[in-house]
Amino acid sequence: MTTPANTSHAIAEDALRSALSSSKRPRRPNALSASLTFGWRAMLKIKHVPEQLFDAVGNPIIFTLLFTYLLGGAIAGSPGAYLQFLLPGILVQTVLLITSYTGYNLNTDISKGVADRFRSLPVWRPSVIVGALFGDAARYTLASVIVLLLGLVLGFRPEGGVVGVLLSVALILVFAFSLSWIWTALGLVLRTPNSVLWVSTLIMFPLTFASNIFVDPKTMPGWLETAVIFNPITHLVTAVRGMMSGTVLMGQIGWLLAACAGLVVVFAPITMYLYRNKK
Amino acid sequence: MEVDRDMSTRRSSTARRGTPAIDAEGLVRKFGDNVAVAGVDLEISPGEIYGVLGPNGAGKTTTIRILATLLRPDSGTARVFGHDVVSEADAVRGRVSLTGQFASVDEDLTGFENLVLIARLLGHSRKEAKRRADELLEAFGLSDAAGRQVKTYSGGMRRKLDIATSIVVTPDLIFLDEPTTGLDPRSRNQVWDIIRALASEGTTVLLTTQYLDEADQLADRIAVIDNGKVIAEGTPGELKNSVGSGVLRVRLRELEARPEAERVLSQTLGVAVETPSDPVALLARVSEPERVSQALAELSRAGITVTDFALGQPTLDEVFLALTGHPAEEGTYMIEEKTA
Repeated sequence: MTTPANTSHAIAEDALRSALSSSKRPRRPNALSASLTFGWRAMLKIKHVPEQLFDAVGNPIIFTLLFTYLLGGAIAGSPGAYLQFLLPGILVQTVLLITSYTGYNLNTDISKGVADRFRSLPVWRPSVIVGALFGDAARYTLASVIVLLLGLVLGFRPEGGVVGVLLSVALILVFAFSLSWIWTALGLVLRTPNSVLWVSTLIMFPLTFASNIFVDPKTMPGWLETAVIFNPITHLVTAVRGMMSGTVLMGQIGWLLAACAGLVVVFAPITMYLYRNKK
Repeated sequence: MEVDRDMSTRRSSTARRGTPAIDAEGLVRKFGDNVAVAGVDLEISPGEIYGVLGPNGAGKTTTIRILATLLRPDSGTARVFGHDVVSEADAVRGRVSLTGQFASVDEDLTGFENLVLIARLLGHSRKEAKRRADELLEAFGLSDAAGRQVKTYSGGMRRKLDIATSIVVTPDLIFLDEPTTGLDPRSRNQVWDIIRALASEGTTVLLTTQYLDEADQLADRIAVIDNGKVIAEGTPGELKNSVGSGVLRVRLRELEARPEAERVLSQTLGVAVETPSDPVALLARVSEPERVSQALAELSRAGITVTDFALGQPTLDEVFLALTGHPAEEGTYMIEEKTA
């Protein structure tokens, strides 16, 4: 007779057989439900590894304080005057600089093997990435709240009020969500999680600095001014500044939403193609 | 033919009598210049435990990844319960589960959370997902570790959780890629028990292994795979018959006695005797193990002193040597690791 040893990690044979025979296959979850479940996974990972929030918390604080006091006097005469101009831009920059996490996490999943399980499940394929992006929205929201609170403490007064601020954050989140598809595609092409962070930082640093976040483009040399005007981040910052000061620039917002749709239409299929054909 | 996907009817196999669990023909997959799978044919019946035996780099993992819809074949076709793994991948995924060679669980999450995650993704309600997670943790002896992050688990616990995750909904077919590699003997026995229980509940099992005794213990049929090709296929008995049902290994005290000992052994056992690189060793594939004691007695009668002898199953290496003429490990470390 083969009674399993009565230790804590032994297999309970009867329980095992009943567990095996008691399972009925439920109906498949719909795309939204599967995505939300993956979003829940991202939240659990934040709970278990809170260190990953360091730059979502640290970057906003450092950037807001540093640039306000470092450049404020020189650019606008006083830190307080500069903050009114700078804060919407800093909000955009801090969120966009942490968008590469989805790509980083996707790459990690693949190198660890858990992606194999997800890929062999009968669920809507993009849900693993859409869900991770939902989870990242929490990270972006946290960073936004920190920038805004710090800004309010330092004297930033949005004339657009609560509605203007909420709309601004919503627009930034939509843009960040769309932009993240570039990093997910990169996450499937590059070999290590860290290289995803490096490449995205290399792209995002020049893009955020060569924009209207810190100074008015009119003060720049002509060639740079032209480049800055074509930079999508400039459009985002302009729209956010507008909403925060109480003017909704419909044309600007329409243009941005079209750009977001463009990013998703191009990079989501590329990401899914790479994901499907990943060795 | 539309195959019934309802789990509740899966054991009344009337709906698909005659549809093999796996039917693969001429599978080929290359990675650059390396041909990982070079024309694999497999036919596996529902309810069977099927072992794929081969050394590292033989093409086992690549074959499993094709069958589990994770990798497209360059040529050839494979059907799982009648569904094509490329054109009907989604239908295949609805019938199978995969436990990969590297734990396919999330190390940052707890054991409980991993199971709830998969249960939710398969469509269980929150409540049912939690109930199922508890039930499986209990059955696998992991209840104590339910709330711990998987990264703190031992190899055996992780492997059990991995398999538990694969049977959140009992699949019709489970792929187990080297399920016991790296496990201690006790965990290995537990995994074997799980595999037997799965098969007895009607799940078809395809497992890969590097160990002949594992395939022998578990599998109804075995395919031996080498350099991306199936080089032998059959029941464990048939396979062992092709290489001798046992191997007698003898070590002598004196080097000079080897030619005489070789003659005595080959005469008594009626088989060819091999001389391995160890200069005092002899090796014979025995088809009638009952003659072994007689052979040892003959050695002693001839005045030859034996310091050590063993009668055992042929090792994978010996099976390979018999089937292919080259040892299993020779130049077979190739790019099969998916985490290249």
